[in-house]
Amino acid sequence: MQPFAFITVTGEQAARQAAAYPDARYLAGGTTLIDLMKLNVERPSTVVDINAVPLAAISELPDGTVRVGAMVRNSDMAHHPLVRDRYPLISQAILAGASGQIRNMATTAGNLLQRTRCYYFRDTTMRCNKREPGTGCAAIDGYNRIHAVLGTSEHCIATHPSDLCVALAAVDATVRVVGSKGARAVPFGEFHVLPDERPERETALEPGELIVAVDLPPLPFARRSVYVKVRDRASYAFALASAAVALDLSGGVIRQARVALGGIATRPWRAHEAELLLEGREASVEMYRQAADAALAAAIPRRHNAFKIELARRTLVRALSRAEALS
Amino acid sequence: MIGAAIDRLDGRQKVTGRATYSAEWPIERLSYGVIVQSAIAKGTIAAMDVSAAEQAPGVLAVITAGNAPKLPQGGQAGVNPPAGRALTLLQDTRVRYNGEPIAVVIAESFEQATHAASLLRVNYHEEQPAVDIMQALPTAEPYTKKILGQFEPFSRRGDVDAGLRDAAVVVEATYTTPLETHNAMEPHSTIAVWERDQLTLYDATQYVYGVKRFVAKTLGLRDDQVRVVSKFTGGAFGSKGSAWSHVVLAAMAARHVGRPVKIVLSRRQMFGPVGGRPYTVQRLRVGARHDGTLTAIDQDVVSSTSTFEDWVESSTLQTRMLYAAPNVATAQRLVRLNLGTPTFNRGPGESSGTFGLESAIDELAWRLGVDPIELRLRNYASVDPETGLPWSSKSLRECYERGAERFEWSRRTPAPRSMRDGDHLIGLGMATATYPAKRMPASAAATLTADGAILVEAATHEFGTGTYTVMTQIAADALGVPIDRVRFELGDSNLPDNPISAGSMTVSSTGPAVHAAAVALRERIRQAGADPSDVESCRRIIAAAAGAPLSATAAAAPGAEKARYSMHAFGAVFAEVRVDPELGELRVARVVGAYAAGRILNPKTARSQMIGGIIYGLSMALFEHTAIDPRNGRYLNADLSEYLVPVNADVGDIDVLLLDETDEHVNPLGVKGLGEIGTTGVAAAVANAVYHASGVRVRDLPITIDQLLAGSDR
Repeated sequence: MQPFAFITVTGEQAARQAAAYPDARYLAGGTTLIDLMKLNVERPSTVVDINAVPLAAISELPDGTVRVGAMVRNSDMAHHPLVRDRYPLISQAILAGASGQIRNMATTAGNLLQRTRCYYFRDTTMRCNKREPGTGCAAIDGYNRIHAVLGTSEHCIATHPSDLCVALAAVDATVRVVGSKGARAVPFGEFHVLPDERPERETALEPGELIVAVDLPPLPFARRSVYVKVRDRASYAFALASAAVALDLSGGVIRQARVALGGIATRPWRAHEAELLLEGREASVEMYRQAADAALAAAIPRRHNAFKIELARRTLVRALSRAEALS
Repeated sequence: MIGAAIDRLDGRQKVTGRATYSAEWPIERLSYGVIVQSAIAKGTIAAMDVSAAEQAPGVLAVITAGNAPKLPQGGQAGVNPPAGRALTLLQDTRVRYNGEPIAVVIAESFEQATHAASLLRVNYHEEQPAVDIMQALPTAEPYTKKILGQFEPFSRRGDVDAGLRDAAVVVEATYTTPLETHNAMEPHSTIAVWERDQLTLYDATQYVYGVKRFVAKTLGLRDDQVRVVSKFTGGAFGSKGSAWSHVVLAAMAARHVGRPVKIVLSRRQMFGPVGGRPYTVQRLRVGARHDGTLTAIDQDVVSSTSTFEDWVESSTLQTRMLYAAPNVATAQRLVRLNLGTPTFNRGPGESSGTFGLESAIDELAWRLGVDPIELRLRNYASVDPETGLPWSSKSLRECYERGAERFEWSRRTPAPRSMRDGDHLIGLGMATATYPAKRMPASAAATLTADGAILVEAATHEFGTGTYTVMTQIAADALGVPIDRVRFELGDSNLPDNPISAGSMTVSSTGPAVHAAAVALRERIRQAGADPSDVESCRRIIAAAAGAPLSATAAAAPGAEKARYSMHAFGAVFAEVRVDPELGELRVARVVGAYAAGRILNPKTARSQMIGGIIYGLSMALFEHTAIDPRNGRYLNADLSEYLVPVNADVGDIDVLLLDETDEHVNPLGVKGLGEIGTTGVAAAVANAVYHASGVRVRDLPITIDQLLAGSDR
């Protein structure tokens, strides 16, 4: 860990002022940042503690949107009645992640910004374009069982590790941020960016911008939704493959579908191709398989992770079947 | 007293944080050492720039090969396993594995030392390392020395080729086990304190005397200049049976800065420099007649070691004695890789070896259409088939029977994929567990003090096994006094000499010495005219002697029994698995283990130890593997997030049966040891259950989703 300045703030504006220092980082739950500072992967000059900034509320807006404050702890979000009842896939996704202790610390905004578990990113002796642009990707020809098969580039195949973000991608959440140019709303699908040639850039956030809330839009059929996660052990493990699914079914016909995948892509992976295939069709396992094939059609296997393609297909079929069974 | 299921005497200390582990001793003027490690697997250090580190705040010194004191014989003077290993003590600039120590930074605080350690700039002359066991397999060489100076490296009885020709069915298959890292909860830690030319080491160890002698010899000191203290060790599993580099480096660093130095390894630093279980590649050929009579067993084991020390995972030993096959051959070969030297890991040899052997026996049972237990009974060895010696005792038949009964083996339908619960496939599998009953010389002292309390001392170890508790029981029993009048002290090389706590032999070695010392004290108390059980009479004789305590010492050692008997603990382990046939998810719902290991001194601590052993076996079966970068041997999953061990949700119902067994030969207490047998057989039982559930035979540990998916439905 490198020496750094530590600043505690109590308001949004003070937070943004403090974060104007070069290489500043906001500290929320610390469950990613502190780990990476210990590994010398993150070397901030300044750490701005925003735990006292009042952003920890969950409220319902007049239009039915559920606004989740940036500092809401993952545990509190998972168990909040508005989230639990209206967006079961979100509650399930959160509770499938990490451990109880970590969920009690980790925050909504922090979860959006969690970094990959790629071994090569987390070890400063190895090459990594995400950590040190231009040094190359050691994972592509290395040990890559946990790496991504979708959204990869020749510069990075690191998996986005979040469970929550997969569910947020499925429900079309909106990320509310404030910065020096004022407030703006970023659609969730535009929040995380593909690695392409610049894997060091992971989100649409501008330097110094602060996430203040995540908005969950009204989505009545999300009451019938599931998150299915497959992992190497029963708890406290990152997904090998996961699927967040909501189905709007009427008389056996899928009117709308929301499908997102996790554990297999460089960002939370909304599977629009699968949705298009499902919508307007009769619900059946055969349809789900076709949708799963469509969702994984562009997947690129590497030496150790080819199994993830089939695993993700089956995970998605399972999630769709479970969502159907809820109706 | 003996045989009583009493609570762990040190339990309250441990759960309230009052048990002092080695990194926790309050030491004045303590400074902190942090080890810097290599970033390549093979080569030499061309240049190292330490200037930024030396100038960092709080730094007292940076020790490298350039300024480290030259040790006798290049630091190799004390190499003599188990305690004394070939280490990296900054005597040269060679690099032999990724993560090898290359410098030590000492500072006023741990944080300062950690930061300064990150400031070293190192240039290497890098060479091509060998890190892939499968690629290096053709370079395997037969190991021809005695393993640990004790076991023959190969065996041959009868004629295996003839036996295989006589067989109606032959199973020929290769089984592999991966590199595994112990990951005890407590990281390795050492505090080194010099007072003039006297060195005290507070060390997390399984062998205080071994560390003492090894460190003395390595540094060119007399034995009596080194004391090692280790009152509690937070898990070990064999990884703390040797003094690794950080122990000697702490002593060197403390002398260099003229202050006490503490070195605590980070979790990441526990991958490589402090041992692990090596890879094994086990080729088995097992032949039998139609009736299930074994005609031959051939096991060829290749295991990995480092390039600078031979360490053999003795995975063939159980194959020589488990079944009454007339023709048996085993061989151990070694492949040298640019990785850290392996070491003992819970049931070294037997845990990995029973995976190969007991999987192959299961495959044979399928091929023959014979029940797996029946097949084992048909080849039951009533004497040790390798030596012809009688068993000191053997209750394996009863273990099979009692275990099968408790497990309800009879409800198993034999065909693969024939048992279901809803959408899940259910599988039942079993395997034999076995571990040798070993013993080494030990000594102990017992002292009656002025207040009538009895202090019993032996330099043995407590790393979660219950040593404080059972030794107190043994002494109290021999003296005929209540438990609370006895205090047992261990973990200090100023106490009577004792062997390494490993090989499940602490109770069988130290127990008889404690018993003998307590008996000797009992007789001295009686001779002095007191009754040991009468506190007042005990106080009176001490008062009459002007307060001088009454002491007795005793030694105990194995005798001729080893030449007359073959001595092993046995067991049978059963696993029930649930497999999701579409997703390949596997859960072990239930394990039953039935064991006969001689006399059980404390059923409560014994049961805990067996549960721990079984979970360690489940961990081997399902999760553990140390991932290595295929190009530069970097340890990749070097944290507890990515190196998987079971969480509570992974551990189903575990039922342990400890059978009554009387053994009048093995040692005076009739105990065989329990630490490791619980791990043996478990991985095979799970793999066999997986086959029964799914029809997928997994021969490569760990059993993961990738493997089950490959052989599953869509």
